[in-house]
Amino acid sequence: MSAGTRLENANPLIYQRSGERLLTANEEDDGVPDPIDDREIFDILCYICRKVLHTVYSTLTPCLHHIRSINDPEHPLSLEELNVVEQVRVKVNDEESLVSVEFTPTIPHCSMATLIGLSIKVKLLRSLPDRFKIDVHITPGTHASEEAVNKQLGDKERVAAALENAHLLEVVNQCLSTRPV
Amino acid sequence: MKDTLQLLHRLSAHPDSRCWYVAWSPAPCWLPAAETELSGFGVKKGTVGTVSACCQMDTREPSEKSPGHPVEIIWHPPASMPPPVSGKKLMATFRKSVHSGTFQLKVLDLFFPQCLTVLEGHENEVKCVAWAPSGNLLATCSRDKSVWIWEVDEEDEYECVSVLNSHTQDVKHVVWHPTKELLASASYDNKVCIYKEEDDDWECRATLEGHTSTVWSLSFDADGQRLASCSDDCSVKIWKECETVDGSVDGSWKCVCTLSGFHSRTVYDVAWCHLTGALATACGDDGVRVFREEAASEAEQPVFNVSAHVSKAHSQDVNCVAWNPKEAGLLATCSDDGEIAIWNYHSDA
Repeated sequence: MSAGTRLENANPLIYQRSGERLLTANEEDDGVPDPIDDREIFDILCYICRKVLHTVYSTLTPCLHHIRSINDPEHPLSLEELNVVEQVRVKVNDEESLVSVEFTPTIPHCSMATLIGLSIKVKLLRSLPDRFKIDVHITPGTHASEEAVNKQLGDKERVAAALENAHLLEVVNQCLSTRPV
Repeated sequence: MKDTLQLLHRLSAHPDSRCWYVAWSPAPCWLPAAETELSGFGVKKGTVGTVSACCQMDTREPSEKSPGHPVEIIWHPPASMPPPVSGKKLMATFRKSVHSGTFQLKVLDLFFPQCLTVLEGHENEVKCVAWAPSGNLLATCSRDKSVWIWEVDEEDEYECVSVLNSHTQDVKHVVWHPTKELLASASYDNKVCIYKEEDDDWECRATLEGHTSTVWSLSFDADGQRLASCSDDCSVKIWKECETVDGSVDGSWKCVCTLSGFHSRTVYDVAWCHLTGALATACGDDGVRVFREEAASEAEQPVFNVSAHVSKAHSQDVNCVAWNPKEAGLLATCSDDGEIAIWNYHSDA
């Protein structure tokens, strides 16, 4: 990670968050099994998103207070607000047990891309039933090392090894913790 | 598809962790309480990234009747594990210490769980180990991008005779030619390298390029004239040693067949049965497939067809396939779901 004191992207574009999920009558009825759909996965992602960027930046860059200044602790920027994840880029096929997420790094040289991708992948691995195949990719054309990052996130030996790295696991866990930031 | 893969036995080998590797023991063996005994070596179970290896013997009978109870061994680092060799020995790779950054390979006695030898040298996880047919040479490969060749003398002393740095990324798999001292390695750099000893020095004789993503595993056919490779690009390729006009070989290899369109996700393992010639694959789509070569197809353009396919052979990725070396048609598979399955491949042809 960059040891510089300058933020890579000090003034990110901020996007509107999508509205709350509307519950259908079937979903409220406990007798009807709900299929896992795009929105549900997206909600899982948004839930963790509030923590992810904040933790990633505050743990790995020496400019914590700088981030805090742009990041109101009451309303920390979420990955959704930064358009890192969008619902249209989350594809779920419950029947075939496939989940695919494309995420968009805020800038094409974002050095956090692998860590953001890894956090998303780990969160989904922990949240979804084991039967799901989880593919996490960078939105095509949005990152300089897109292919290398995608290949790394797709290699389960490398993902398993990364999670054996105590330091990295701690960072990922911080990204995913439900404690308030 | 005229042939069948019939499930004989399913073992929940590692309920809490993935099973990366399955191998047939060369002789019936039984190792009681393998987990407990081996825990003295720092083996853990159930933590993130813990992996496991198993040997399984004589599976045609239910385990309570058979002395061939499954041997269960849990390995620590995420590496594809070790074939049992020359009767008793089993290799395991262990990370010595997360902090010191050194890595070890341990030779274990399968019958009396104890560590016989520790091999050090690789700078990162050891991914795969393989014995040469002679039993005197051992090849290891690692995420440190290197392939090491070790010589073993009669006193069980291991000496590194060569460090090969032909790959530019993690080396995932090494396999020896079934009769010659010829070694092949597969890597994250999408390539396969073939090594041979030349004037007391090991060197890369051929680089096989064609896959468009990580090559996960390799398997030679019975006489070693062809090599199958499988990849994250969802294909399997068959490579053949080139012959010159006078029938001799010059050490170069070419791709004579690509099996694409059959697998929908990464192909993690491929195994060529040396008894029947059938080619089995382990796929990230949970399926196990067996391919057969068309009898009439030409040597330079072989045609392979799927002869058996079990689409949900496991409930998660299938990581490894292994044909029993003595019993034709007996196939073992293992999966991220922690289970080992034993199949009987039956061909009417």
